[in-house]
Amino acid sequence: MKDNAKNNYKSLKTNMEEYKNKVTSKEPKTDLFLDMLKAFLFGGLICLIGQFLTDVYSSILHISAAEAGSPASATLIFISTLLTGFGVFDKIAKHAGAGLSVPVTGFANSMSSAALEFRREGFVLGVGSKMFSLAGSVITFGVVTAFLVGILFSVFVS
Amino acid sequence: MAKKINNQTYRFDHPPSILSTGTVAGPMEGEGPCGHDFDIVYHDLTLNENSFEAAERSMMLAACNLALGKIGLNAQNLDLFMAGDLLNQIVTSSFTAKSIGVPYLGIYNACSSSAEGLLLSSFLMDTGAFDKIALAVASHFASSERQYRYPTEYGLKRKPFQQRTVTGSGCAIIGKEGPGPKITMGTIGIVQDFGQIDPLNMGAAMAPAAALTIAAHFEDTGSSPEDYDLIVTGDLRQFGHSLCKDLLEKEGFSMPDSFNDCGMLVYDIHTQNVNSGGSGCGCSAIVTFSQLYKKLKDKEINRLFLVATGALHSPTTVQQGENIPCIAHGVVIENIEETPIKGGTPPCK
Repeated sequence: MKDNAKNNYKSLKTNMEEYKNKVTSKEPKTDLFLDMLKAFLFGGLICLIGQFLTDVYSSILHISAAEAGSPASATLIFISTLLTGFGVFDKIAKHAGAGLSVPVTGFANSMSSAALEFRREGFVLGVGSKMFSLAGSVITFGVVTAFLVGILFSVFVS
Repeated sequence: MAKKINNQTYRFDHPPSILSTGTVAGPMEGEGPCGHDFDIVYHDLTLNENSFEAAERSMMLAACNLALGKIGLNAQNLDLFMAGDLLNQIVTSSFTAKSIGVPYLGIYNACSSSAEGLLLSSFLMDTGAFDKIALAVASHFASSERQYRYPTEYGLKRKPFQQRTVTGSGCAIIGKEGPGPKITMGTIGIVQDFGQIDPLNMGAAMAPAAALTIAAHFEDTGSSPEDYDLIVTGDLRQFGHSLCKDLLEKEGFSMPDSFNDCGMLVYDIHTQNVNSGGSGCGCSAIVTFSQLYKKLKDKEINRLFLVATGALHSPTTVQQGENIPCIAHGVVIENIEETPIKGGTPPCK
């Protein structure tokens, strides 16, 4: 019996690839179509709000649509941060998915949630440094990409 | 002294009793199916402490005091305090040990620390040198979330096989003698690596470890699933539990319908929006030390096989692309005096 047992385990052990395939194939899947639809609708809604804000700022402040983009983004960031603080953002994000995390709202949430989370570790080592723990890579690669695009632009266009 | 039975299983010559237990839980767990079995249910994750880590410590201390109080003891009556948790450097356990103020051993085997603790304290009891040991484990949703995953307010979609770390702590007072269900056998697990790398899908990573420990136990002792009134795994949850059942069936052990998982018992998976179920050190502890302990004491079940599972990774090893090694330890808890001797009727339900 003892030897059998050992042999059995060996057969189980060698079935690692089989097990991996089984896990991948049997894993409960989310409804991709529904997720995409929700992301599309939420993402679209945020764009609609953004456009509305741009139009409002542009007409109230008498500035061009391009210039009104900045205060519109700032407003969206403010709203996302506020909702994060109230503990509502993550509840909406459960449904909205990429629709909420890809626009500037997701970036604002990643920074404010980290800042909130690490407040207890103090302002310098907590809020100050941990704030960028999730958003840091976005900033790094954003700057690198902008730099490369800038070089390409200056070589080929100007 | 404990006797080794074949490969991984040990039978205790002087099975220690679980004299008393104390369990405390968070709000979500309180709303779950075991809610009315917990001694204290907190309605706030912070417990009025100024950090989630402090809240976790406070839960562990409360569980210990409850377990001691129920049998009229205080900390000074203990020979040893043994504890484990999920935070880095097991700070919850060590800080609680500071408050308890008796000799202390800290343990870590991730979420299987509950069974590991029961095993180790039974071995220590068997030496005859100890009279009473308190074993405590704790986990907290928010402190685990920030250490292992993301800030709690970070908005992201959860996967259906994902887990929710249980907020709660369980303490058991183990005595050399006295009334209560006894720990009669233990099966020490072997670390298994089945190539799983997704820390959000720990159920799948831990399922083979659980299956192998269960199979080893049956083969070592020559017992079969029918010999137990209840077999529960620690925190495999829905998906992992079904994988474990499949693996065992492949090994030739058909598991009864009562084969369950503490991660599925602690929450109502269909209504509580917890994805696949509960996980964490506290998960197997608060279910076993509350609902299952009560069932044992009421003789509703007489022989329980608890197989607590643990994923032994850290965020660093996951980021470095390493597989998640897993372990499962098994303990048999039973009412031995009442076991029917030949011809006797089985104890009432």
